[in-house]
Amino acid sequence: MSARNRELFALIPAALLVSAGFAAVFLSRDDLLGGLSGTNEVSNASLTYGAIFLGLCVAAHLVIRLTLPRADPYLFPLAALLASFGLVMIYRIDDGLARLQAQWFVIGLGLFTATIVLLRDYRKLERYRYLIAIGGIMLLLLPRAFTPVNGAYLSIQIGSLSVQPAEFAKLGIVVFLASYLRDTRQLLVTAGRRFMGVTIPPLKHFGPMLVVWGTAMLLLFYIRDIGSSVMFFGAFLAMIYVATDRLSFVVVGIVTFGLGAYLVAGHIGHIADRIDAWQDPFNRTLLDKTSGGSYQLAQGLWAQADGGVLGQGFGQAVLRIGGANCPTAASSTVNCSLLPAPHTDFIYAVIVNELGLVGAAGLLCVYLLVVQRGFKIAMLARDSFSKLLATGLTSVFALQVFVIVGGVTKLIPLTGVTLPFVSYGGSSVLANFVLLALLLMVSDRARREAELAT
Amino acid sequence: MNKPIGRLFVVALLMFGALLVSTSWWTVLRADDLDKNPDNRRALIREQKIRRGTIFAADGSAIARSTRDEEGVYHRAYPQGKRFGHPVGYSYASLGQTEVEKYRNDELSGNKNAITTTFDQLIGHKREGDDVRTALDPKAQQLALDGIAKVGSSGAAVALDPRTGAVKVMASTPTYDPNTITDKGAFSAASTDNEHKPLVNRAVQFGAAPGSTFKVVTATAAIDTGQFSPGSMVDGDSGQKFASRPLANDFNENFGPVDLKTALAKSVNTAFANVGTKLGASTMKEYMERFGFDRKPQLDYPRDEMSASVVAPSPPGHAVSPTSKYVDLGRLSIGQGGLQATPLQMAEVAAAVANDGKLMKPHIATRVVDRDGRTVDTIEPSVQSDVMKSSTAAAVTDMMVGVVQNGTGTNAQLPGIQVAGKTGTAETEFGKKINDVWFIGFAPAENPRIAVAVTVKAVTGFGGDFAAPIARDIMQELLK
Repeated sequence: MSARNRELFALIPAALLVSAGFAAVFLSRDDLLGGLSGTNEVSNASLTYGAIFLGLCVAAHLVIRLTLPRADPYLFPLAALLASFGLVMIYRIDDGLARLQAQWFVIGLGLFTATIVLLRDYRKLERYRYLIAIGGIMLLLLPRAFTPVNGAYLSIQIGSLSVQPAEFAKLGIVVFLASYLRDTRQLLVTAGRRFMGVTIPPLKHFGPMLVVWGTAMLLLFYIRDIGSSVMFFGAFLAMIYVATDRLSFVVVGIVTFGLGAYLVAGHIGHIADRIDAWQDPFNRTLLDKTSGGSYQLAQGLWAQADGGVLGQGFGQAVLRIGGANCPTAASSTVNCSLLPAPHTDFIYAVIVNELGLVGAAGLLCVYLLVVQRGFKIAMLARDSFSKLLATGLTSVFALQVFVIVGGVTKLIPLTGVTLPFVSYGGSSVLANFVLLALLLMVSDRARREAELAT
Repeated sequence: MNKPIGRLFVVALLMFGALLVSTSWWTVLRADDLDKNPDNRRALIREQKIRRGTIFAADGSAIARSTRDEEGVYHRAYPQGKRFGHPVGYSYASLGQTEVEKYRNDELSGNKNAITTTFDQLIGHKREGDDVRTALDPKAQQLALDGIAKVGSSGAAVALDPRTGAVKVMASTPTYDPNTITDKGAFSAASTDNEHKPLVNRAVQFGAAPGSTFKVVTATAAIDTGQFSPGSMVDGDSGQKFASRPLANDFNENFGPVDLKTALAKSVNTAFANVGTKLGASTMKEYMERFGFDRKPQLDYPRDEMSASVVAPSPPGHAVSPTSKYVDLGRLSIGQGGLQATPLQMAEVAAAVANDGKLMKPHIATRVVDRDGRTVDTIEPSVQSDVMKSSTAAAVTDMMVGVVQNGTGTNAQLPGIQVAGKTGTAETEFGKKINDVWFIGFAPAENPRIAVAVTVKAVTGFGGDFAAPIARDIMQELLK
């Protein structure tokens, strides 16, 4: 079976998941209403959703078939699987949001097609690398001009639309670094001195590294978000490691970043709060704090504990405190929500609550498969820029999953980033579809060149 | 460059492995800890989304039922209000559960074992609470409450079916309305009201001196051991010394040598003090234990909301064995000397005599029924103890019939029905004539269907005048 046909068939499970998922949500809602009246409506509506989703995916598949015939056949179905899963979860939390998210998917698929068709050769990006770098950093700093959300400068409000520029900035920065490191990798590797068994590059070549490190620190200080800094700097380390094959860069990078973060974090109340909450989320005083406390993290952990191995079942998570137990008007409304931000940052906690450890493990496996395909593409790519680009994009994707899931499961301090393709959010969906398009383009080129070479 | 990419993938594998481990940590290893955290309201909230079972009275009327509001949250309502504040209790997310609502919480909230729950989840069964059916009788319960309220400010009544142990009446005054206990300030006011203590179920929680009703226990021990018969003659003069203090009969009446049956009918204190002293502490202890004294009742009711009926003389001021050197055996034998018995315990004394000497385990619930009407569990009658020989039971019944026919308990007589009983009047404030009045009994004497105990606190008068009529009304209602 050809690669493209494999891709087409691999889309079927995603479409089935959408149908089954919507059916499950409808059923559990009907059950709540105690009626059987909507039974036919249930099957029809869920099948319609499944059909529309499958139609969109097939359209995107046709675009790939026409433009990137040799691209990796598994990446797109895996992303579709994640997206459909996310759509069902969001529908279950808030059907209005799911409708918006579905619109974002349509726009995202459009942007995906546009990227492939308009860019044609992604290596053109190298030409604009400084423009892209400056644009990326501008995007990162842009939210400073707006009011912070939960203490971090992450999003900007345009009308009713909330945009998270960091989602796009991460792409720009990866493109820049791939191009920059392609040029300097030789310099970084050669002319090193050996000291105590470690090859130390000449000091002047540490320059670029210091610039990146400085930018990361500035980000941490300026936009007050550990998550973005870690993603950004982590992707940089991964790329410099691949570019030079020198662990020393990574070690020095981690140590200096850690040191810098330690010093900077102490001066930013919002980050210090996050670390306090991380260390002792069940502390009574932290729980009751109206802002900067641990209420969200603790509720997320309780939601996961409540899920257990098999979960409470689809549609069964309790997200809001209803009726007599919800203190109205007079006291704070914040505690009426049992799990704040269930559709974005804490969607993983909702998934664990409803589908349990088993469902979460399945989700993590799908992400790991995406990461595996990404690194595979990097390995197959034949030129340094493509290799570095694929490595960077994959790393930033993997790190984003790690930062948010690690945060929600109290592995690392919590920072608010989205779970790629699953969380609600226009910026996240669009940026990740562009990321997907770039990876597929690298993949198509790699295989084409491989075929020509033989 | 491919080697570092490969290593990078290994790093990614390790990181995702760490995510899986941390997820397992919270969902499996620490799950129980987290579920038990008092700040975690999940279980409570979920429980409110489950239809809690209805508690039914014997006549099929609902005592406690749950209704759903538009948000899908169930609210507990008690259609009979104060009538069954005790012994049914209440169930609210804010206050928790008490009494029967607490004891039957697992059944009412559909809390089955983990395997059933997982299986139900897999086949998509929604968790639902089962209904609990009781033998509680609303009319008799109301008669008991009204009767006590007419005579005094606090008291309790218990009525059992002696053949099965099913509780038909368990009334305690003062009481509270479980519908309004969640009102602002209502609970804290009720729980700190030390004068009335409306949240205490006096039928099982507060012991008091049972006075002469305890003579039934002494008489049972006397006859069952074979040392006495109803016709045995005992010294019934007033003022005899027990534990070197003189003991008086009512109105200081001297009965001289008196037979045991007459002594019971006339409630002669000194006669029974003599009997108890002759039997000895260990015999009294044995018979008391057979009747259920000295340990918590075996009622289907939260253990920490019940008290054992014990001897607690002062000194030492706490419960001791009847064989203890502190116990004044003569006074113990007439229900004094620090004896503290609950109304339920005294109802069990009457029930044991009524049921041929066999004490049945008391129980409030009779059946647990699921939503489809299938009986999930039937509370089968079971024997708690063989208290006395059948012949002893017949002899003591005959003596108790004498009490109602021509003794202190004539106010308990019912037209056309032979009633057996015993009055009790325990002086609480000596000299002021303020007494705890008691009556225990059963009917019909030849084929008992109801055993009852009634007590009212702080009454100026005698058990025969104030407690017996309440017991009579309850029995009359329940024998209809």
